[in-house]
Amino acid sequence: MSLVFAGICSHAPGITGRTHLADPLITKEFHDAYRGMGEELAAVKPDALIVVAAEHFGNFFMNNMPSFAVGMADSYQGPIEDPQWLGIPRTTIPGDAPLSLRLIREMMQTVDLAYAEEWKFDHGIMVPLSFLTPRYDLPVIPMNINCQGPPLAPLHRAWALGEALRRAVDSVPERIAVVGTGGISHWPATPDSGKVNEEWDREFLRRWQANNKPAMLSYTDEATYRDAGQGGFEIRTFISVAAAARGRGQVQFYRPIPIFAVGCTVATMSIEA
Amino acid sequence: MQKFLFDLNRDRAVQQEFRADRPAVLNRYDLSAEERGALETGDIGLIYVLGVNGQLLMHYAALLGMPWADYIAAMRAGVSRHGPVRAGVYAMTTGVDEKVANV
Ligand SMILES: [Fe+2]
Repeated sequence: MSLVFAGICSHAPGITGRTHLADPLITKEFHDAYRGMGEELAAVKPDALIVVAAEHFGNFFMNNMPSFAVGMADSYQGPIEDPQWLGIPRTTIPGDAPLSLRLIREMMQTVDLAYAEEWKFDHGIMVPLSFLTPRYDLPVIPMNINCQGPPLAPLHRAWALGEALRRAVDSVPERIAVVGTGGISHWPATPDSGKVNEEWDREFLRRWQANNKPAMLSYTDEATYRDAGQGGFEIRTFISVAAAARGRGQVQFYRPIPIFAVGCTVATMSIEA
Repeated sequence: MQKFLFDLNRDRAVQQEFRADRPAVLNRYDLSAEERGALETGDIGLIYVLGVNGQLLMHYAALLGMPWADYIAAMRAGVSRHGPVRAGVYAMTTGVDEKVANV
């Protein structure tokens, strides 16, 4: 079994870009929990980190939008955003093209994927990496689920992607960590930015922690948009991680921080056979 | 409009060109008069109401040098002036006078 770590975390750009507007004590508590997840990740000595993200028209646009995409390069650049705006300097992140190729081949047995030999990381990947692997010394394999431009892949396909990911990871000798990044409920980049449906988030996290597949897949996009905003579509990444890990979740941190535009989340999941 | 903002956000050469000569860059895109006017003058409120995805729009606002609070205020002002967002999934659901995150 070569999946050695599974977790989920928030990726909103305010987490690193708007710290000057936030309560420093709450920010520190959240950032410490985030860095703590990075320490847990490092402790299991992974050879590569798969980041299942939901990007935001950084690379994938409505002229040619894949439901699912996987990176297949030996290095990546990020952030694509203005580094000052995001609060993360521009850097090169190592990848592993041959490993990507093996994983993609296996995943393609059950899920149709797009792949990309060029990929500039946006905040969906850079914000997590800035806490989890701040020295950018661990090879990263980016994955993207379209949560931005409807029509979106149904939730059960996000689950199927996670299952395929697990099978692929189990087929390679490398030790692999997987992290899903995104929501939960939020209304980012609108005048509603900062609105969070905490009860909805806590209910989703209960379902995720229990790895309750039918309950996680029972949300409709209409209900999610109404109750959790367009940012809520990003639950797809968390669902994929649950499908891959098959375990039980533990929430290290959850708290709405309005100026970061999201219920800030750090959680891990045990890995079961 | 979204296509232009996608190119602008990704490509530093387009950003430089846009700073130097906005009309020349915008000539390359298929824009209505209303869309073109909004982009040329940096009318964030109108661009928002026209339905541009916020993930594209917030970077345009940053490029124009708008602090976060001003960006939020500009979108609210746009809805006050032009009515609700006309397309897409980034509609405003809070009141015109609300300050959700104290900005
Ligand atoms: Fe996002």
